[in-house]
Amino acid sequence: MLVTITTKYGPLLLEAMGQTLLLALCGLFFACILGLIFGLLSVLKSRICNIISTIFVDIIRGLPMIVLAFFVYFGVPQFVNDFFMPDGQRFTLSALQAGTVCLALNCGAYMAEIIRAGIQSVDRGQMEAARSLGLPYWKAMRKVVLPQAIRTMIPSIINQFIITLKDTSILSVIGFPELVNTAKNVQANTMRSLEVWFIVGVMYLIVITILSRVAKQLERRLNRGRD
Amino acid sequence: MAATKDNVKIHVSHLKKNFGPLEVLKDVSIDIHEGEVVVILGPSGSGKSTFLRCLNRLEEITGGTVIVDGYDITDKRTDINKVRENVGMVFQLFNLFNNLDVMGNMTLAPTELKKASKEEARETAMRLLKRVGLADKADAYPAQLSGGQKQRVAIARALAMNPDIMLFDEPTSALDPEMVGEVLQVMQALAKEGMTMVVVTHEIGFAREVASRVIFMEGGYIVEEGTPDEVINHPKEQRTIDFLSKVL
Repeated sequence: MLVTITTKYGPLLLEAMGQTLLLALCGLFFACILGLIFGLLSVLKSRICNIISTIFVDIIRGLPMIVLAFFVYFGVPQFVNDFFMPDGQRFTLSALQAGTVCLALNCGAYMAEIIRAGIQSVDRGQMEAARSLGLPYWKAMRKVVLPQAIRTMIPSIINQFIITLKDTSILSVIGFPELVNTAKNVQANTMRSLEVWFIVGVMYLIVITILSRVAKQLERRLNRGRD
Repeated sequence: MAATKDNVKIHVSHLKKNFGPLEVLKDVSIDIHEGEVVVILGPSGSGKSTFLRCLNRLEEITGGTVIVDGYDITDKRTDINKVRENVGMVFQLFNLFNNLDVMGNMTLAPTELKKASKEEARETAMRLLKRVGLADKADAYPAQLSGGQKQRVAIARALAMNPDIMLFDEPTSALDPEMVGEVLQVMQALAKEGMTMVVVTHEIGFAREVASRVIFMEGGYIVEEGTPDEVINHPKEQRTIDFLSKVL
């Protein structure tokens, strides 16, 4: 039975895995940008910037992603239609767009925290020495502090990437055709829960294991020359 | 003092610095002239490091006036980065950039600030490394150097910007005893070449030999100042006498 299902639904599930990866990549891309922005806001010497960053992180961390998903996919278009769209026109978000926004917000908040901690782990003297030579703040940040911060951030960032990849499964609730959503359909067609979810589990495992290995290699390369 | 105003490199008047409710510098005034080597002594907590860090505004200044190289750095409109290009600083904990090798440490600021092309910066760096006896360490990373070597690189890195003034914040306090000499030697050579230097240190021997003026600070004030002989050998103030009796 396992073999039959694999041969019959394998291509479909592989395509769904492709969709999962696409969604994860889109989400991670914007999450990195958000994370960098809010991470930097939280280390700036401006109280307003710190507070903005804290509010963002606290709100996103305080919401289950499934709530965020429903809010973005159903709530936001309703809001736009009620207040901004002329009669007869309707604003909608595709599941991919809404999913990307959810992942970006969710992962972005955690990335912001990782980036903040990474920057704060770099000794203050590094920034001071750079500034004492006449380098402006952002140049010192870019050339001296961030390169050192990134090294300590890499393991946490990889961890967060993996979590985000797995979190794409939550977006099955808004109908995005990623792996879990597709597998539910396959299960309904075949009535074989054990085989279907076993296959899906193995697929996640393989992809994530490969990712972790690649990440470890990257980490090792970045750490060369240190100590 | 008016007669020497033309070659005043650093002019400090009624400098105050608070950390929250804590007054670290209460009222400090001093003029430092071109080519002078001013050594600041004092017990920990006396404000001497804070004073030094106010001279390139690594600490925000609470009150008073500090004029460095003709620029009023207490004025918000002054481009502090331009002033800092001309004022080298050496730190107690070296603060070499850990992500860069020695050459990278020395060429980062000159090239980024368009002071020199990459080629010129490398040439200058090699010349300075030779001068501090570390030409063979150009490719080493900070973690591969001893404390004394790190500090000599840090001095060379500051010199790579070709500054007029050098500030030293307890440059030998974090070193093993056998490495103190090599760093002091480099500083002494620098002083001989006429560099204007302000040095916070506990090395009384260095003060005695190299300083043109010694300042004793305590409690956020300058308590006593004069030639090394006056301050170290014949102190007048009781607080200076007490301090010296503990460290000599």
